Amino acid sequence: MGRTMAEKILSRAADAPDARAGDYVTARADRVMAHEAFTVCALQLRRLGIDRVFDPERVLVILDHYFPAPTEQMARGHVIARSLSEQFGLKHFLGHAGICHQVLTERGHVLPGQLVFGTDSHSTTYGAIGAAGTGIGLTEMTWVLATGELWLLVPPTVRFVLDGTLGDAVMSKDVVLWLAGRFGTEVAQYRAIEFAGPLAAGMSVASRMTMANMGVELGAKFAFFEADDVTLAYLRSRAPAASAGVEAFGPDEDAEYEAVHAVDVSGLEPQIACPHNPGNVRPVSEVAGTPVHQAFLGSCTNARLEDLEVAARILKGRRVHPATRLLVTPASQQVAVDAAREGVLETLLEAGAHVTASGCGACPGGHGGLIAGGEVCISSTNRNFRGRMGSADAEVYLGSPASVAAAAVAGKIVDPRELW
Amino acid sequence: MVSEAPHSVRGRVWKFGDNVDTDVMAPWNTISLPWEERRKSVLHVRPEFAEQAAPGDLIVAGRNWGCGSSREHAPENLKLLGIGGVVAESFGRIYFRNCVAIAFPNLACPGIAQACEEGDDLEFDVASGAVRNHTRGVELSGAAYTPDMLAILERGGLLEMLKERFSAA
Repeated sequence: MGRTMAEKILSRAADAPDARAGDYVTARADRVMAHEAFTVCALQLRRLGIDRVFDPERVLVILDHYFPAPTEQMARGHVIARSLSEQFGLKHFLGHAGICHQVLTERGHVLPGQLVFGTDSHSTTYGAIGAAGTGIGLTEMTWVLATGELWLLVPPTVRFVLDGTLGDAVMSKDVVLWLAGRFGTEVAQYRAIEFAGPLAAGMSVASRMTMANMGVELGAKFAFFEADDVTLAYLRSRAPAASAGVEAFGPDEDAEYEAVHAVDVSGLEPQIACPHNPGNVRPVSEVAGTPVHQAFLGSCTNARLEDLEVAARILKGRRVHPATRLLVTPASQQVAVDAAREGVLETLLEAGAHVTASGCGACPGGHGGLIAGGEVCISSTNRNFRGRMGSADAEVYLGSPASVAAAAVAGKIVDPRELW
Repeated sequence: MVSEAPHSVRGRVWKFGDNVDTDVMAPWNTISLPWEERRKSVLHVRPEFAEQAAPGDLIVAGRNWGCGSSREHAPENLKLLGIGGVVAESFGRIYFRNCVAIAFPNLACPGIAQACEEGDDLEFDVASGAVRNHTRGVELSGAAYTPDMLAILERGGLLEMLKERFSAA
């Protein structure tokens, strides 16, 4: 009998060739990513008298959640993170190159078939290139940094076979939001997802990253796309050295799934997740007219070049509505450079957007665009929990970059197809 | 070594609904604050909770308790408040793993939301999965921990195990 992507990766990483869904294994990490959490974990290791990590080559540290440092305390945290990275001899301290998942992917630090633990729930993003990425907390990260391994349940897999074509101004974000609304935010609880079918095969890596990223909003431990020709072309163009010799990777044809959902997205309307849960999803027509005070185009979910291009297409020759502000936080410094070269940033700035430094910014509510009580934000991010982006009395609506840009122009939620 | 978290806990119940997320247990802009400041915003959707929860109290919740972020401050905040443990219909998986790692007993038990009300006297055992509502005389069966999970809980969490592993080496 064949194996799913999760079974293939975990049986290799655990050196347990027969491992199947439902088995518990101890698996060895191929890559470990820590953002600012590294400081806490490394200090904890020190207190335990441990002065090394399991493999300095496999640990990646990046400062993204609090960059640029919004407080002196955070600035000190960054100083300590740099110093500890040196003391532990880490080979890959990535500084402030952008949001962790974007930077690791675009630089080829993560490759198809690898097992990746990250101190961030959106580590599922690595599934976009066929890697098993999953989020862990501080204590488990401390354990992993020291030992390189972690206990895991080999998850059953839920497969979404996606068919149909998306219309103008309808994006992969709309698909994943629709799935959250239709199947619920626990459809993949304790499980892996495989996104497959012609729609998935035709998507760019950027579009796949959006869906894999929000896999965790469907409950998933891993959220895979097959590593195919699109993936290999992406990796070879961006990270030729790191990806040399990398091959296609996917499930066996006769793999066994817990559930297979065939979905045709033809005619899908843009989708909006309403306050205060990513599963509270409605078609944009049902919430059109909701006034918006802030529009945020950022985060590991939707702030890649493709996303900024879509926003620029809508904003070109138009202005951000005077009652609204538009914040654009490119997912990485590389994305910002590419967008500048293409003239995308110029278009956004001319329309009245405020472009910030790359990082997590306003998404988790740390800094760079918090919202006040009574304010409404439409956001290209992944979570609209109560108080997520600032006041507990504010409201966050999640939408695609197209929906965010259109709302910025209109000053209210509108169907982005009207401005395409 | 003294166990920080016994298998079995008993206490008075605070009841919550479905999809209570990590961000309301530990808002991002509070997680770097000293405990005395950040305790005020723990589960701020019910402001009286952080004020009135007594050590040993338990939480009963609906589906997807702890959905969202990997921030360990979510279960850590509950543990620091003195909450003895949580029984829920289901859990956000990273939250649940974090609970095991910090030796904070949480048990998934389908049917608990119907079988328990605020203020009930509840007891649960993560080793057997047994849940007893002493107020209503109801017994339920939850998802017992695996031996590995129990070992982490018994030894007081992963950091204690790490200490043992590296001092032995």
